[in-house]
Amino acid sequence: MKLLFEISKTGRKQSLLPELDVKETVFDQKYLRAADPKLPEISEVDLDRHYTELSKQTHGVNDGFYPLGSCTMKYNPRIDEETGSNAGFTQIHPLQPEESVQGCLKVLYDAEKYLCEITGMDGMTFEPAAGAHGEYTGLLLIRRYHQSRNDTERVNIIVPDSAHGTNPASATMAGFKVINVPSNDKGGVDLEELKKVVGKDTAGLMLTNPNTLGLFDPNILEITRIIHEAGGLCYYDGANLNAIMGRVRPGDMGFDCVHLNLHKTFATPHGGGGPGSGPVGCKDFLKQFLPGDTVKEENGVYRFTTAENSMGKVRSFHGNFLVVVKALTYILTLGKEGIIEASGKAVLNANYLMEQLKDLYQVAYDQTCMHEFVLCLDELKKETGVSAMDIAKGSLEYGIHPPTMYFPLIVHEALMLEPTETESKETLDAAAAIFRELYQKAHDDPEYLHNAPHKCPISRPNETEAARNPILKYESD
Amino acid sequence: MGNYIPDTPQEQLEMLKKLGFSSYDDLYAMVPEEAKLKDLKLPEGKSEMEVSQIVSDIAGTNTIYRDIYRGAGAYKHYIPAIVKTVTSNEKFLTAYTPYQAEISQGVLQSIFEYQTQICELTGMEVSNASVYDGAVAAAEAIFMCLERKRNEVLLSADIHPDVRKVIETYCESRSVTVTTLKSNDFRVCENDLKEKLNEGTACVLVQSPNYYGVIEDVEALTAIVHEAGAKMIESVNPISLGLLKTPGEMGVDICVGEGQPLGLPLSFGGPYLGFMSCRKDMMRKLPGRIVGQTTDHDGRRCFVLTLQAREQHIRREKASSNICSNEALCAMTASVYLAAMGPDGIRKAAVASASHAHYLKERLAELGFKACTDQPFFNEFLTESPVDVKKLEKALADKGILMGLIEGDRILWCATECNGKDKIDKLVEAIKEVL
Repeated sequence: MKLLFEISKTGRKQSLLPELDVKETVFDQKYLRAADPKLPEISEVDLDRHYTELSKQTHGVNDGFYPLGSCTMKYNPRIDEETGSNAGFTQIHPLQPEESVQGCLKVLYDAEKYLCEITGMDGMTFEPAAGAHGEYTGLLLIRRYHQSRNDTERVNIIVPDSAHGTNPASATMAGFKVINVPSNDKGGVDLEELKKVVGKDTAGLMLTNPNTLGLFDPNILEITRIIHEAGGLCYYDGANLNAIMGRVRPGDMGFDCVHLNLHKTFATPHGGGGPGSGPVGCKDFLKQFLPGDTVKEENGVYRFTTAENSMGKVRSFHGNFLVVVKALTYILTLGKEGIIEASGKAVLNANYLMEQLKDLYQVAYDQTCMHEFVLCLDELKKETGVSAMDIAKGSLEYGIHPPTMYFPLIVHEALMLEPTETESKETLDAAAAIFRELYQKAHDDPEYLHNAPHKCPISRPNETEAARNPILKYESD
Repeated sequence: MGNYIPDTPQEQLEMLKKLGFSSYDDLYAMVPEEAKLKDLKLPEGKSEMEVSQIVSDIAGTNTIYRDIYRGAGAYKHYIPAIVKTVTSNEKFLTAYTPYQAEISQGVLQSIFEYQTQICELTGMEVSNASVYDGAVAAAEAIFMCLERKRNEVLLSADIHPDVRKVIETYCESRSVTVTTLKSNDFRVCENDLKEKLNEGTACVLVQSPNYYGVIEDVEALTAIVHEAGAKMIESVNPISLGLLKTPGEMGVDICVGEGQPLGLPLSFGGPYLGFMSCRKDMMRKLPGRIVGQTTDHDGRRCFVLTLQAREQHIRREKASSNICSNEALCAMTASVYLAAMGPDGIRKAAVASASHAHYLKERLAELGFKACTDQPFFNEFLTESPVDVKKLEKALADKGILMGLIEGDRILWCATECNGKDKIDKLVEAIKEVL
């Protein structure tokens, strides 16, 4: 389809702003741009239709099953969008006097209170705008903690080999060296290997539990004890919190700080890659280092305070505030029973789907999984030549968003499926039937899958060409 | 109460039984008993009607000002109706990062269009798909400039305080030295810049229009910075570029800024978006997502996430940045805004913002609000106040007006196209009642 710039016709415009009602300010020529920007000139109707056309080429959560592992693509409730659009939030300037933003402060205060209860933490910041931003902030808490004790030798962050790519990247950004620790044959952290790498140089450990294999590490208390005994701190990557919320808390597993992905666990929409929100919670002893402002309440009046040894700020103002409004709406709706039911059903759905696939596909680690599970298609590929990518692209033919591919890195030909709790038994049964059919197709007509998808707006893109000869903007002739 | 689980409790039990479990607790056998939570201390769930009322009541305790003369990093501009309707589309709203190009052409094409518009607006050659906000964009731009022997950054004194704080936080963790340049009558002091530039300077970051609204002589500063072999980063207000000389025209290496003025509501500070554009030779150092054009196997034009060898999911600890989720929907918002406004509209918004601000400055001067400088400015300016600033803020608030931001005993005023002549005249009358 055409680009905005190809629809554009010189002189077309919309009537959006009134004529100027004061004398026009004239700037010295040296401050002025030579020519107007070549932005598209489009009528309102053509613009509206352009985006309707683009929306038809976009797969949203309501287009069907979206088992994208590690991303928690649950349904995004409509009420959350409604409350997040309230003018009493959207029209509030971030630098208004405190007495005029008591509602905003209450949102932050209540969200902090509830999310601390869910994570077993004592304080929280909402500045981080996404999960990776939260990881970075959490690591800076750890950095500040060691600095405050003049413990300057602690430069290593231990990360399991199954970790999200953001973990090591965040650790580097926070000034640490990354030490990878291998997994054991059950998919958990190898305790002996862990003991070998901890020491006086250990600043901390980053871990998600359940991990990226969808497995809960039963040694978790031992793991966090080993780190603490070596003088390090434990960071919980909250990407997989949807499996356990309301049932077991990072704070009770020995973690000192945690980030959450409100855009995963707390049902706020992903927006095609953001805005998210990655609040960071911590135990009491780390609160003094939190960035920015946190909200205190006294006699029903809310006010901002800054932690005494604050690290500074990681984002302007107060983070992605409207995302917090949506997440708070979600928490109020679910309440104590709903939160527990959601995690339970998320885990049930993953096990239910896995059970229906494991006689055909090899499960990477065959045990009760949490909210997601990983298939290993190595055997299938050897037998038929059909790869994880081929099966994933094949699922597109059936209106299913493909699972996460080739992750975690420690599983060959990996497909990672996370159904989430908002899918019904019928959806799972239908998805299982489709993946079984794809398995059969891999044997009957591998060529068809090598070339899949056949019914989407485009066939497979040439990604190598895109990277070799980057065209990153439209150029008019 | 609500949990968005479709199946009835009976159906759920049947699913459990099919797997050989009798309750949800059985699924959590791997969790050590002593770590299990006995009682989640949250309120009970509520119906949608109750929740709707509760949150609406909370919002109701905030004050919505009819007229806003406060900017300082967040600006109330007119948002065309089409912007909100397009970006509320369920598909754009709920889709994940467009890893699967075959079913994500809508999101990918929109980011490609956004990248093109940002390049047009800023006069630069390459743009990424956005980062979290303008402050993080500034910090990430500094990281792009670091070299083994160049590990210092010089900051203009008159940048937004939050941007400074974020830069300082980011730089501390990378052991980057941050030095602030002297300000001379609300502009970067060129002599001080020349003195402080050295062989270890990686880059200089200047905001223009700066925090106090003053337009810096970025062209002259850039020449000085390049002379010393360092890179120049300019932080801009995107609306100002409807009128003012672009970073590209002035030789800047990296342009960053807060994208909120491009169609995003104030929203108590977020979600916003940071935009980043640069010269082509720095392309592979850009953080975050970048969309590129290619063809599919049938030869059709299409769009994909590209240059991923920079990114965390490939490079892990060696990635150019840890960023994963960005602010895609906010970038789409900015793109729809720029498309609706067009070159004529964006110019009108810039001209009206500047002209209203200059009119406001004149009218305030008549009342004894003396401007703190006569430097050229865009749509913000700092004045002294002939009256107690707190008293004035309160009196104007009672009339539904949010005045400029209090800076000690001074006031930082702002106007946009939304602050027309009639409104400014009314503001003047309201102030007279306090004097």
